[in-house]
Amino acid sequence: MSELSPNAKKVIEDHLGRYPSKQAVTLPALHVVQEETGCVSRKAISEIADILELSPAQINDTLSFYGFFRTEEDPLGKKRVWICRSLPCMLRGGEELLAELCSRWGIQPGQTTADGEVTLELAECLGACDGAPCMLVNDELTLRVTADDVEKQVRGNS
Amino acid sequence: MSGSEFKPVLLGRRGKPNSHKLDTYKADGGYQALAKALAMKDTEVIDVVKASGLRGRGGAGFPTGLKWTFLPKDVQGPIYLCINGDESEPGTFNNRVLIEEDPHQVLEGIVISSFATRATTAYFYLRYEYGRCYRVLKDAIDEMYANNLLGKNILGSGYSLDIHLHRGACAYICGEETGLIESLEGKRAWPRIKPPFPAIEGAFRRPTVVNNVETMACIPHILNHGPEWFMSMGIPKDPNNPRDAGSYGPKLYCISGHVEKPGLVELPMGITARELIDKHAGGVWKGRKAKAVVPGGISMGFMSEKELDTPLDFAGPGRVGCLGLGTAAVIVIDDHTSMVDVLYNACRFFAHESCGQCTPCREGTAWSTKILERIRDGRGKLSDIDLLLEISSSIGTIPGTTICGLADGAAWPMKTAINKFRGEFEEYIKSGRRSESKALAGAH
Repeated sequence: MSELSPNAKKVIEDHLGRYPSKQAVTLPALHVVQEETGCVSRKAISEIADILELSPAQINDTLSFYGFFRTEEDPLGKKRVWICRSLPCMLRGGEELLAELCSRWGIQPGQTTADGEVTLELAECLGACDGAPCMLVNDELTLRVTADDVEKQVRGNS
Repeated sequence: MSGSEFKPVLLGRRGKPNSHKLDTYKADGGYQALAKALAMKDTEVIDVVKASGLRGRGGAGFPTGLKWTFLPKDVQGPIYLCINGDESEPGTFNNRVLIEEDPHQVLEGIVISSFATRATTAYFYLRYEYGRCYRVLKDAIDEMYANNLLGKNILGSGYSLDIHLHRGACAYICGEETGLIESLEGKRAWPRIKPPFPAIEGAFRRPTVVNNVETMACIPHILNHGPEWFMSMGIPKDPNNPRDAGSYGPKLYCISGHVEKPGLVELPMGITARELIDKHAGGVWKGRKAKAVVPGGISMGFMSEKELDTPLDFAGPGRVGCLGLGTAAVIVIDDHTSMVDVLYNACRFFAHESCGQCTPCREGTAWSTKILERIRDGRGKLSDIDLLLEISSSIGTIPGTTICGLADGAAWPMKTAINKFRGEFEEYIKSGRRSESKALAGAH
């Protein structure tokens, strides 16, 4: 059975016409697979490689460079929460916010809560320094957050 | 022109209802510059941009029109324009606001620039974190295709262009133009050895121009109002310095850190850091004083309080030992903050974001972070200060030991923090105290 969903295959096909090389579709393909499944499995890597006429090693070479992508041993929770720790956020409590969330949820950055709901990540500058400290939930920024705000938004309680 | 009389250009439509929609953009005169450009020869458009003195807003400040002329003449086959929307320099968020508030201004600039450079495909490389920008741009591009502003035979001119959005994957190095190209091609974002420069061999080994988002936003206004208008703003070139290209036009200043009102402000190039903080950001927060200020993203290093009257134009920050204007992202650090903690934060950033290709950068950024961890843990030695300085003068393109400038960006915070605040580092080490900051250790 195919690991890639019909939608993922369609997204990959649609991207092929946009670039003069098939390899350029690597990032769009990894994105759609991770968005759908919370990781990029070895089987998905092989199937992407087949479509793009590359070796699985070439896909893995790119995948492993970007700390963004997860393997099947280390999948994401339902929500991925990034807390910014770069200088503008650090100056306004970003490091303390991250430490507080680690303590409340009993996990370290990069880990997922036991119920599989939330993966907590440390982020370098998210580009929302006007609203420091800021967070990114999946790919939506929220500015000026406290630990209570984060819990309310991603855990549904305060 | 003083700041108080200045009417925003690039942010002129910020906050208007539906400012991101094509109909409101057109109602405000949008796409007239494109029509004007399409009626000109491509070389004439380049001449106008060259004459305006526009310098790239992404950090290096290279003259935009001049960059375009580096493309080979009479080239057979495709030319590409890549838009660098990987905005990741700590403190910088102007691209995010420009795209969310007024995407068509940026896109009009891209179509004009593509026409001028004879590009037939433009790739808009956007950092993944800007999901809202991605969706706004996607809708705006769809509107353009539906209104003959993209695709075949744009506005009946015979010129055709496609713009494709390409999302990054959270890596700072993709903002380096050849790292961006490698990432676009589906590879690890390892910057390329130059030459060849992208104008000769760039994306997919074809002639390529890489331009910043804010640079693109300036283009329609230059076409509409002319080069003289653009040059009426900013700081003219120094007649005694043949290498100075001047600092013309409006500039977006991002203000963050310890100020009362962080935000994005547009002003003619060349306001001083002090005026920016006091008049446009409500002053340093909590009635405190500034200890240090980053002039343009942390790669540029630090200015001390007594250097705050430095004009933030392309030449100003360099005169006080900083690397340059960078992205004009001003980060204010108050006098209650430890420069040891600040420098640790900067070094840890570069250790995290070094791509690992060049040994001096990979090792230099990692070891400088470890040395600062040791100092913050109360185990520092006075000799560590000179060790950090030695690292900072050994890594980067300026000493000639790395392929790209990431390590120069790591070196400048070290150099300027230590040279300007050495006493604080010595006192910290001698006291043997441990940092109170809750930073989680490690470069991850």
